[in-house]
Amino acid sequence: MSFVAVIFLLAGAFFLLVSCVGLLRLPDFYTRAHAVGKAETLGSMLILVGLALYNGAALSSLKLFLILAIIAVTNPTATHALTRAAMRSGLKIWRAEGK
Amino acid sequence: MSAFFLGLTVFIALLFAASLYRIVTGPTLFDRAIGAGLIGTNAILVLLLIGFLYERIDMFVDLALAYGMLNFIGIVALAKYFERKQGPV
Repeated sequence: MSFVAVIFLLAGAFFLLVSCVGLLRLPDFYTRAHAVGKAETLGSMLILVGLALYNGAALSSLKLFLILAIIAVTNPTATHALTRAAMRSGLKIWRAEGK
Repeated sequence: MSAFFLGLTVFIALLFAASLYRIVTGPTLFDRAIGAGLIGTNAILVLLLIGFLYERIDMFVDLALAYGMLNFIGIVALAKYFERKQGPV
C-alpha cells in the first residue's frame, strides 16, 4: 500500500510543478488562471489520495477525503470567480503577435 | 518514508517561491490574487505533510480543513470586491 501511495504523491508533486511553471511562464492572467485552476486542483487531489492511502483506515483518512472534496469544489470556483471579476473589470485578453 | 515526506515538503515549499515571484512582479491585481490562492492551497498540503512528519496527523488534519475553507472565503471576497471596480486595473 505504501508503494501505491508513493506513486500518487509523486504524480501530485509533478502536477503541482506544472501549475507553478504555468503561473510563471504563461503570458497573461487568463492563461495563468487556466494553469492554476486545473493542474493545481489535480495535483492537490492526487497528493491527498496518496496521503489517505498511506494513513490507512482511520478517522483522519475520512477527514483527508473531506479536504479533497472541499478542494475539488472550492479551487475551481475561486479561479472562476477571479476570472469573471477580471473579465467584468475590463482586463484585455492576450493575443499572439499578428493575430 | 519520513525522509520522503520531508523531501516532498521541501519541494512544495520551493514552489512557494514561484508563486511569491508572481505576487511581487504580477502585472495586474488578479495575478497577485491567484498567486496568493496557489500559496494557500499548497499551504494545506504542507500542513498535512508536517502532520505526518510529527506523527500528529489527527490534529493537523483539522487545521488543514479550517485553512482550506478560510482560503476559499478570502479569494471569493477579493474577487467580489474587484468585480465592482469599473475600468481596467
